Amino acid sequence: MRWLEHMTPSGMTRRHFLKHTAGASALAASSMAFGHTLQLHANELKRNHKSAIMLWMSGGPSTIDLWDLKPGAATGGPFRPISTSGDVQISEHLPKIAKQMHNMSIIRSMSTREADHDRGRYYMHTGYVPNPSIEHPSYGAVIAHELMAQKSELEIPPFVSVGGASEGPGFLGMSFAPFNVSSDGQIRNLEMAGMNDTRMVQRMKTLDLIEKNFVAQNRGSAAMDHMKVLEKTYQLMTSKQMEAFKVASEPEAVRERYGNTPFGRGCLMARRLVEVGVPFIEVDLGGWDNHQGIFNILETQRLPQMDQAMSALVEDLEQRELLKDTAIIWMGEFGRTPTINGNTGRDHYARAWSVVVGGAGMKGGIAVGATDDEGRAVASEPYSAEDVMASVCKSLGISLETTYQSKSGRPMKIANSGKVIRELFGESA
Amino acid sequence: MLIQTINQRFSHVIASFALLCLLLTIESTAMAADTKLPESNIPQVKMIDAAIQQQWFDYSLKPSPVEDDLKWIRRVYLDLIGRIPTFQEAADFAKDKTPEKREKLVDMLLNDGRYTEEFATHWATIWSNVLIGRSGGNMRNSFINREGMAKYLRDSFASNKPYDRMVYELISATGESKPGTPKFNGAVNFLADKVNMENGTLATSATSKIFLGMQVQCTQCHNHPFNQWKQQKFWEFNAFFRQTRSLRRFVKGTNDLDHIELVDEDFAGEGGRASEAEIYYEERNGLTKVAYPVFIDGTAIERSGYVSEVNRREQLAKLVLQSEFLPKMMVNRTWAQFLGYGFTKPIDDLGPHNTVSHPQLLDSLADEFKKNSYNIRELMRWIVLSKPYQLSSLITSDNEADDPAMGELPQFSHFYLRQMTAEQLYQSLVTVGGEAKGSLEQQQAERDRWLSQFVVAFGTDEGDEATTFNGSIPQALMMFNGDLVKRAIDVSAGSQLGNLANANSKFPEKVNGLFILGLARKARPDELKIATGLLQARQGKSEDALQDLWWAILNSNEFILVQ
Repeated sequence: MRWLEHMTPSGMTRRHFLKHTAGASALAASSMAFGHTLQLHANELKRNHKSAIMLWMSGGPSTIDLWDLKPGAATGGPFRPISTSGDVQISEHLPKIAKQMHNMSIIRSMSTREADHDRGRYYMHTGYVPNPSIEHPSYGAVIAHELMAQKSELEIPPFVSVGGASEGPGFLGMSFAPFNVSSDGQIRNLEMAGMNDTRMVQRMKTLDLIEKNFVAQNRGSAAMDHMKVLEKTYQLMTSKQMEAFKVASEPEAVRERYGNTPFGRGCLMARRLVEVGVPFIEVDLGGWDNHQGIFNILETQRLPQMDQAMSALVEDLEQRELLKDTAIIWMGEFGRTPTINGNTGRDHYARAWSVVVGGAGMKGGIAVGATDDEGRAVASEPYSAEDVMASVCKSLGISLETTYQSKSGRPMKIANSGKVIRELFGESA
Repeated sequence: MLIQTINQRFSHVIASFALLCLLLTIESTAMAADTKLPESNIPQVKMIDAAIQQQWFDYSLKPSPVEDDLKWIRRVYLDLIGRIPTFQEAADFAKDKTPEKREKLVDMLLNDGRYTEEFATHWATIWSNVLIGRSGGNMRNSFINREGMAKYLRDSFASNKPYDRMVYELISATGESKPGTPKFNGAVNFLADKVNMENGTLATSATSKIFLGMQVQCTQCHNHPFNQWKQQKFWEFNAFFRQTRSLRRFVKGTNDLDHIELVDEDFAGEGGRASEAEIYYEERNGLTKVAYPVFIDGTAIERSGYVSEVNRREQLAKLVLQSEFLPKMMVNRTWAQFLGYGFTKPIDDLGPHNTVSHPQLLDSLADEFKKNSYNIRELMRWIVLSKPYQLSSLITSDNEADDPAMGELPQFSHFYLRQMTAEQLYQSLVTVGGEAKGSLEQQQAERDRWLSQFVVAFGTDEGDEATTFNGSIPQALMMFNGDLVKRAIDVSAGSQLGNLANANSKFPEKVNGLFILGLARKARPDELKIATGLLQARQGKSEDALQDLWWAILNSNEFILVQ
């Protein structure tokens, strides 16, 4: 009996109820309870499930000051490099991450062409340059789509974006849209206050009929997606897995370790979401668009926040044996100009910059590729957004032969046919 | 205040009238809807129809039938004044049997004083979002005063200010941003946060994109392969904004920003010679170049940076008014606001690299708009009364190929379904809820608070933003459980639901009334049956059953769509 039937995965009671409620009179049936599925035990999940966490540095982070320092060069800026637990050096203002670098690798030879925020955000999230005639699915939608099969117990959205907008699901449809939440874990309008379950089911059933009648008029895929979104919404309203959003229930010591910042809470939430099996979580840290006064902002604001939260996340995932199944991607729209401008800032720069990845079997502790002495150009094989995406897909066991069909019937290969960055998998370049 | 008037106007009617009579009237009109509409006598409408029909012929498309009256007035109310019609408004329209009833309705919504406030508020909202984004002014310490922007735009739309006048004012405005200040000029809010940072590059890209359809943001840093604009042009355009500053005005005795004042000051130029005030920019190869204020068509103005000699923004505003792109961009934008797609995609890129679906029509409509003194309401009237706007949203086998969502150029052979904006939904739900307290300003503030829950800002200096009001889960949760819907399904007197529930008629008629109000159609037999089931489940309390039904109707895809 259509979608209401499977709205609560273990809802025996409901299914039973619905079975006996064909026709309108059955709406008069008395009370019923929703079956709540229990949160799966974390141990079981981490054996079976792959996930990815994207740390999105909105605004275009200055990777020359973080991951690929040029001390002494005219373009170098004031920061000094320090050694790490891996075989790489990074900025002195990331001391905690330095201790986790055996788990993470820096791709120093990123070279892209999009140096506008909108275009860069779209390109880095999808592997495609914007094209007015088609909307490409973003990382989160692609990975959620591919990993859903292993996530049959999941009752909450498979693509969660914390504190930022991320990018949309494109032609994969609204049921793969990012679920946007703020980092405090408060989900608006979650409670059906003053409404008992029976009456809510009856309302849902009425709604279902109206929806079905509309879809039957050949109203296109958006109408069907709307039904799916309603289903998911109803499912999460009754799910115990929603607990995962409640970062406030973590011990104070843990919260402090991530830092009392939105990004800190977001990273902690990402860990909790991975634990219940959410395949893709994006956590946003904005404020990298530093056209002026960049070094002071980096040293006193961005880097301390990022250092604390990201290091705690990597450390926790490793300790809980989740890191081997969880890919981490740290990136922004582009890097920033090696040349320091007249306002002690750096402007947008896509030609040579860095992205950081790790986990899910990707090799840690190395630098892939290099830039020239002043960081102006890559001095080794250049890598693209497509290549990073292909590598992440590989780490998650997603076949790079996966091909989608856009709404116009055009075949589109996953990650836009990017090539796997071999060094990340222990092969020589 | 406004909504109260409407309900005072209409609430008594339903109670006194027999609901059944209204339903019968509506039914008879709806049935007769497929009859042919009379040909319009408005030359601009004829022009649109001819151009659009020619391309249907060229592409072998047959248009969908004309939409029935109930669905059509829902569309027109949403598009012109930003909300669905009340039950009474729908019934009034149904009662009109004259052939030119659609024209009369459009004239009423555009020109009747009873609707001026709603019309102006709706378009002020749309234009606020264009000029300052959905998040502009929401943050503490923002340079933008959202209410100041809205007030300026409301006044402009209420008085039907010609579009060229409005653009001139927005580009050249000086004064204070906040209502009630001595030098208040709400128009300054457009540029308030776009001139101080990064040498006014935001002012450059916003002005050229919004008013001229020129996408120049990429050319700031380098020549763009697909764009006729070169880096030099960007900085020449930018030079017009370099006399302009936003000055902070603080709350007395504190360091808290209260508002800003936009001023023009003498500009010494980056070379230090105010008489030849030049600016410099760097090419990708590291070479430094010089630029002076030159408009996109090559017209140069005096180079002096002294405001007393040359006011650069005033000069720019004058040049913009002479540009052929000014009326074109407005026509394209307005067309898209009503038909869902513009003649180009995106609508604000009119560069030669971009394909135009109906190039001649765009040109001639732009000419007509200009000839008619940039009269915005006239432009709207032509579009709303044109043939493509009358069509049903149901796709037929003869026009299913016309699908711009698949990247095709739009041919407007059927009405393209689209979701209501958050603002349209809000206003519709407030209207059916029948309660609106406080002054217009207070109502607007409450609405802005509600709207802000859907805005997600990106962390960039350019104030980019996205909306979660896009059919995803946060929107569905709001519709399921949010306060706004709770109020809309309130059965107390004064609300549309309350009026229907208390009307002196039978339950199935009330059910049909709700379907007409929400979805512009009567209930289907299976829907009537499930409603009867709800009545049993609620132990015969029809108010409660109607409330459940209304909840389901409001949550449906069919409700949220502009059809």
